[in-house]
Order: sequence, then C-alpha cells, then structure tokens
Amino acid sequence: MTMTGSMSAHTAPGAPRRTGKARAAERRPPGAIDALDRAIIRATQAGLPLSPDPWATIGAEVGAPGEEVRRRIEAMLARGIIRRIAAVPNHYALGLTANGMSVWDVDDAHIARLGAAVGALDFVSHCYERPRRPPQWRYNLFAMVHGTTRAEVEKKVARIAALLGPHARAHDILYSTRIIKKTGLRLGP
Amino acid sequence: MDATDRRIVNALQDGVAPTERPYRDAARRLGLTEEDLLARLERLLEEGVLTRFGPMFDVEKMGGAFCLCAMSVPEADMARVVAALDARPEVAHNYERDHALNLWFVLATDREDAIRPAIESIEAETGLAVLDFPKRREFFVGLRVQA
Repeated sequence: MTMTGSMSAHTAPGAPRRTGKARAAERRPPGAIDALDRAIIRATQAGLPLSPDPWATIGAEVGAPGEEVRRRIEAMLARGIIRRIAAVPNHYALGLTANGMSVWDVDDAHIARLGAAVGALDFVSHCYERPRRPPQWRYNLFAMVHGTTRAEVEKKVARIAALLGPHARAHDILYSTRIIKKTGLRLGP
Repeated sequence: MDATDRRIVNALQDGVAPTERPYRDAARRLGLTEEDLLARLERLLEEGVLTRFGPMFDVEKMGGAFCLCAMSVPEADMARVVAALDARPEVAHNYERDHALNLWFVLATDREDAIRPAIESIEAETGLAVLDFPKRREFFVGLRVQA
C-alpha cells in the first residue's frame, strides 16, 4: 500500500487544528472511494463508452450528470486510482507471440539495487520482487520480456543474466502458452 | 491494420485526457476526425488488437490489493479449474504457462483483506493448492509496445 503521501499530509507540522468532523473524515482510509466513484468504476471497468460524450453515457447509467462523472474521473486520475485512460493492446495481435516471464533467484543482499537495474532495461515491461515459496519456487525477481520469437526473448534474458552476474544463482523463463483471461479489475457484487 | 491504426494503438497507450470531448481531442492530435477515431477504436476492439480501451485502475490506491498466484493443475483438471477461475470477478488475468506451476493468475480485490479469503475459496473449490506471490517491491511497470 502506498499511502505515505496522504498520511504525511495529515500530520504536517503547523497544520490548522481540525474539527471533530474533519478528524472523523481522516479516519477514512486515504484511498477510500465513495458510492459514486464505485459506480463509475463499475460502469467503466469493461471500457470507456465509445461515444462522443462518454461522460453523459456513464452518467445515465450511474444517475449523475455527465460533468460530475468527468470531474470524478479527473479526481481519480489525480489520486492515482486511475493510472491513465488508455488503450491496452493484445501482445499476440501485434505479433509479440513470445511472452516470457523470466524469474531469478537473486541474492537478497543485492536485490534492491539489481532489481532496479533490471527494471530500467528498456525491454523489461514489468519487474517485481516477490517472495520465494520453497520447495516449489526458489525465485524472488520477476521480469516480463516480450518478443516476436522465443529466440528474441532468450537474447534479452541473456542480457539480464549478464547484468545480474554471480548474484543470480538460477533462472528460468515461463512462456505463456495461452491467455485465458485479461479483463483487468472487476469489482465484485 | 493500416498505418493509421498503428498510430492510434501507439498513441493511445499513453492515455487520453478526460476533457469534455476526449475522443475529439485525441483525434485532433492524430489528425483524424472524432468519428473516424471512434469507428477505428470499435474495430480494433472487435478484432482483438486492443483488449480494452478505458481507465486503468490501480486497486491499491483505492485500498485494495493485487496478488499474483500460481497453481499446478493436472492436464485432466485444467478445463474445470479454468472455468472455476473464469467465473470469479476477482481473477483479473489468467495465463497458462509451460512449467510445473502451469496456471498463473492475478487476483484484484477492492479490499486488501479480501485476497486471503479469495485464495482459500479457490483452494476449497478446486481442491488444489494455490501459491501466492504478493509483490514486495515494484521496480518497473508499463512498457508501451510498438504496433
């Protein structure tokens, strides 16, 4: 959870004294969304309506004026709840048929520095440190690498191996053989 | 896909601004009419070139959580397990991969404490163990691909 920003704003020195009501509001998690935000998320999680005024279309569904919907979306963008309003391409349809999750057993003492270095490589699309799950899983660094062929992915993975050097004790590449689902967030009922 | 489609796919991965007429403004930047952009987006989605066009949510910023999970599913069980995961709204992504852990999926819930019950419920329904891989650190997310 990355709430540090909003938390520190609440405890800033010299902040004006707050009323009881304001303090109660602070107890709400900083990332909290209200019923209208939630309704807007539900109405757009499959996508933004493809109409000249999508806000009005959403507004009709959630029972709010289009301009209010637009302002809510703007606010959620500012708060990071929406990363961006964008197109998500299907890698396969663009010819990127080799999609490898490269996984690495990296010395814990060096993972912060090395993970950042791997994440900075221009061909790595996602890069995370995750826990090991022995005995089934020894890897703690995950880096996604895409290519038009597996040979291309392997060439890129070799560059990661060179960068990690002896700090990577083992690695593997898990290719996706089937995309079963790629819907993104769906709020439950 | 023609050259204009490629320009649309490339440009719109970076996002559009929530202006009063977002498609008209995005189209203007691409030298297209609003009508043309909307028609092309509809076709790109229909053809599966785009899996989605719309807001990309960060559930963590709304108090929720993501969690990568993996299972080792016997081939004979695969269809049943896939159907069980497909039916769950909290399964955001699901990929089959060539490894002993052959099913990798992402749970997305709007409450942080909903991940653990979701995992337990999947284990109970499928009779298979789920390994969870919550992220400890995020080094990079979000390469744009060239169409």
